[in-house]
Parts: sequence; structure tokens; C-alpha cells
Amino acid sequence: MSKLPKLVAAALLAGAIASPALAQSKPDAKTEAKSAPRYDIGRAPTAEEIRGWDIDVRPDGQGLPEGKGTVAQGEKLFMDNCASCHGEFGEGNGRWPVLAGGKGSLTSDNPVKTVGSYWPYASTVFDYVRHAMPYGNAEAFKVDEYYALVAYVLYLNDVITDQDFELNNKNLAAIKMPNEQGFVMDDRAAAEKSFWQKDPCMKNCIAPVKITARAAAIDVTPEDKDKKSRGVE
Amino acid sequence: MSKMDEQGQSRRNFLAAGAGVAATMLARPAGAGGNPANQPPNVPEWTRALGEGVAVRPYGKPSKFEKDVVRRDVEWLTASRESSVSFTPLHELEGIITPNGLCFERHHGGIAEIDPADHRLMIHGLVERPLILTLEELKRYPRVNRIHFMECAANSGMEWRGAQLNGCQFTHGMIHCVQYTGVSLRTLLEEAGVKTNGKWLLVEGADAAAMDRSLPIEKALDDCIIAYKMNGEALYPEQGYPMRLVVPGWQGNLWVKWLRRIKVGDQPWHTREETSKYTDLLPSGKARRFTWAMDAKSVITSPSPQAPIRHGKGFTIISGLAWSGNGKVKRVDVSLDGGRNWRPARLDGPVLDKALARFYYEFDWNGEPLLLQSRVQDETGYVQPSKAELRKIRGVNSIYHNNGIQTWHVQANGEVENVEVA
Repeated sequence: MSKLPKLVAAALLAGAIASPALAQSKPDAKTEAKSAPRYDIGRAPTAEEIRGWDIDVRPDGQGLPEGKGTVAQGEKLFMDNCASCHGEFGEGNGRWPVLAGGKGSLTSDNPVKTVGSYWPYASTVFDYVRHAMPYGNAEAFKVDEYYALVAYVLYLNDVITDQDFELNNKNLAAIKMPNEQGFVMDDRAAAEKSFWQKDPCMKNCIAPVKITARAAAIDVTPEDKDKKSRGVE
Repeated sequence: MSKMDEQGQSRRNFLAAGAGVAATMLARPAGAGGNPANQPPNVPEWTRALGEGVAVRPYGKPSKFEKDVVRRDVEWLTASRESSVSFTPLHELEGIITPNGLCFERHHGGIAEIDPADHRLMIHGLVERPLILTLEELKRYPRVNRIHFMECAANSGMEWRGAQLNGCQFTHGMIHCVQYTGVSLRTLLEEAGVKTNGKWLLVEGADAAAMDRSLPIEKALDDCIIAYKMNGEALYPEQGYPMRLVVPGWQGNLWVKWLRRIKVGDQPWHTREETSKYTDLLPSGKARRFTWAMDAKSVITSPSPQAPIRHGKGFTIISGLAWSGNGKVKRVDVSLDGGRNWRPARLDGPVLDKALARFYYEFDWNGEPLLLQSRVQDETGYVQPSKAELRKIRGVNSIYHNNGIQTWHVQANGEVENVEVA
């Protein structure tokens, strides 16, 4: 309740900031929308409101909150909060995500895409875990605890090898992930150019075909309990 | 494995039983079945008594005889229902609009049930005038109405290695098409005043996964919408109530539901959903990133495994859907022989930019087995590739963007199965 007067004051202040007079006090600011109509609907968020929600992190470290945590601290947190789904070594229980391993598997028949084998940036781990974990209790940990957890996940992947390593907002962006160079921009327009055609073929396009595989043989399609909606009735 | 075997056994028994029923049905006159007391020459019970009055059903729902027209999920696909997917029953639907309650779901932390009075949309970062809006305030901005399909990039993703799921709902049901009402994202970005170095947006949801993605400014200023209505009524909670992002033609994961925040920046964020997920692994071991647009694709929705031909030979309607994330559908062709010969299908109803289009092919079925396929060409000239053509370039491990031509095998008894041909 004590926040209420402050919010009202902030709203009043925000109204003032949004007024044309103040906006004009920064004549050097060029925007694409300079001449666009202004509706003046809504208000400016307060610095405190932005701080509470502004939790994203970029590969260059922009957005990392001040804080720190060690691998050892992370291990304890991981065992208590994460291992039940992800496994003690990040191997994943059941169908829950595998976090570690899979190195060298990306060209195999069964690629295992983990933080170590696939993720290009350490910042992504921090951003994701801080947004969504622990599962079902998102954003519940303190900043230092998120650093510790990320340190442990990187340790599980041999990206960090020292148990005493302390991950913090100064060194996270400097961590290089093994698969950083494993990505290319969408090149479908060039690589799949043959899919653009003037007139699609209509007659005798391919040799006569035979059935080579059937879904029914694999038999993994769910059935309704009353089994009514499938097959010829 | 033993569990699987049990299921396999029950499935085989069921199919055998089904075939038996079909055989008996064919022996009876067409239109047989049901309760003869309600059929001519008798006067049916619903004529002899009054029905329920008005407002007994203050919010209407489909007939009780349509109870099988529902979303379904595939339990073995995911670890929990809160981070999972359910599929649109495409085989039961017609036209191009998906009813709100049947739109497929994909959640990462369950359905957020948000009180609109407490929901806020924050726009900040590289803008002149950061903004925070309530739903009521958003509704005061000029409105747009647009019909667009929304397809999960992983739609048909289970089919890369071959025919796996026996139903159009499961192979193609991670798509829906809805009329959205909302505010052009451009309007809001202009209101906030994007700085000249503002090149990317971070869009973020308010659900238990707080899902975040990077969106390039060009697309944001082009045709994106912050929607609060679908098919005329408020967004359903499972579709992002009270507001969601609409990114026409681009992969569904970008259409952030329960949208709470837009941050303008000068670089992409490389979030989890655009690095570890929604990147397309190629045979080389490299993965394509930022594969936003959904390529042209089509599928015959009926007949299909869940919608067999029940009437025997004679005049037969093939009904299907076609779409393109790169524009309008230009033409659709249908093959009855697994892609050797093609005949033009008839587009019926509106053919809109980045929306589903309905096509039909009508013919006299002689009762012989068929290998049905459909193939779309969009207005850019892109022709939907065969699965073989697609695999030649993409391999089988890319999970996303499987828009290869689907084959349905129609058997002489009208039953339909998902098959691969070569």
C-alpha cells in the first residue's frame, strides 16, 4: 500500500515527460517516427517498473545484472531444484531436456543438442534460466543464485573446468561456447532456389511410385479412448 | 517396449474390428444407421417436443454429436502437459477460419490466466518515449482486422524420418487461421518513437516461461499486430489473453502470447528459443538460424486417416488447405497417383495474404486405391517440394520447416493411411 502514492506521483511525472513541450527539449533526437501522429495514450513507465521487468541479457553482456556465483554453489542449488528433471549430471530424466553431453553428435543420426554441444552463447543460458527456471517457480532465485546455477551448467558441459570458478557480470560475456560458429543465417532463398519454378510439372513428372513406409506400421499415433474417431465405422 | 507392444496389439485388433464393421455397412442401403423411429416416414422426437429456450446456453457450443471434434495431444512427445502441444482437428474443419476453441496450443509454462486489470504492456529501450499500456489503453489506438494463419515451425516435424503419425491432425495440426483485431505494431512503435539505432525488438510473454524472442525492426514496422481479439471475441487464455503478438507468415514461436514487454535494441538477443530451439540443423552439422518465414505448404484434410471415405465409390470430394508465409496462394494441384500426374484443384473462398486457402478437387472414385497428394505454388513462384527434394538439402534432423508434400494412401475400403512413396 505504501507504494501507491509513489505510483501516482510517478504517473503524474510520466504524463509530464510525455508532453510535447518536454519531448521538444531534446531536439537532437532523431526518430523514424518524428512526424508521426501522437495519440498520448498510456504513460511512461517509471525507472523502478522498468528495472523489475528488464531481465533480458545479450551475448555481449548487455543486461547482465550485478552479481556472482560459483560452480560449487550452483551444484547445491542444481541438486535441490533442477536434478529431478534434468538429472544430476544434466543427462535429463525421461523426456526432460538434456543439458550436457552430445559433443560431436551434430552430424550423427541422433544429434544431442545440449548447452555444450549446441548453444552458441553463455548469455542465452543466463537469459533463459532467469526467465523460466526453476520450472513452475520462475524468477524465484536471487541474481547470485542464477549466476551459480549457470556456472554449474557450464561446468557440467566442461565449458568451465574449475569447481571454484566464480561466474559474474564481468566475465560471463567473455566465455566462449564450443558451437558458437555452428550457425549460419537463413539461406533458403539461395540454397533452395530450385523450389521456385515457372510452371510446375503436370504430366509424367516422375516414374510410377510405390509405398515405401507406413505410419500404421510404426503405430505411435494416439487413439481416442472410445476409439470412435479412427478408421471406417 | 512391452507397453508399446500392448498398444500395438490393441491397435491391430481395433483395425480388424473396424474393417468388419465397414464390411457390414457396405451391405446396407446408403444412409442407414441411427434410430429408425426418428427417420421417415416417422415424425422425429425433436419435432414432437419443445427444445431448450433462449439463453439456456448463454455461450453456445457445438452439438453434442460433434464431441470428437477436439484438440488432441501426443503424450509421448513431451515431458509435461504444461510445456507441450495440442493439435487442431484439421480433418473435421472446413473453410479457412479455425474456431477459437480448436486452435492448436503450444505452451512453455502452461496457460497463464491473466486478469486484464493487472496486465501491462511495456515498451522501452531505444525509444524516445517509453510507454506502459493497459488493455483498455491499447484498445484506444486505431484498430486493424487481419486474417492470418499461424503455423508452428515444428509442424510436421515428426515426419522428417518418414511417415510416423497416422492423422492429418497430428501431421499438420500445429496451424490455425484466425481473424485478429488489434493495433498495428507500427502504430505503437511510432508512438514510442524508435531511435535510429533501434534495429531489433525483444518481445516477451508474461507466462511462467516468460518466453522471449528477437524480432527485426523491418518486420515489426511492416505487418505485425498486437492483437486482443480473435474471430471477433477476446483472445482465449490459451492463445495469449489479454494480448498477443501477430507476426504474419512467420513461425508461431514469434507470436508471443500474454505479451508483456517490447524492448527496442540494436542487436538480436539470441534467446533460447532462437538458438537451442527453432534453428534448423543441416547434414553438415551447421544450423540455420533466424528461419522466420514459413514456406508454402498444403495438405489434403479430407480424406485423411481420421476422415476416411465412408461412402464407397462414386462422386468424391477432396478438401484441403494451402498457405504461404511469403504471400498468397497462387495455385494448388492434386495428384491421385503419388505425384506422377497432377490436376488443378479449385480454390474456393477468400485467398488472402499469409492466410489459409481452401481447395477442392472433385472426381468420380472408381474404388481403386489412391496415393493422394497436394502441391501448392505461391505468388512468389515457390512450389511445395516433395519430401525427397526437401531431405536432399535439409537431411532429416532439422526438426523445423518440414513443408514437404504429404501422401495419403486411400485403400479400396476407404480407409486412409499416412505413407511415404518413392
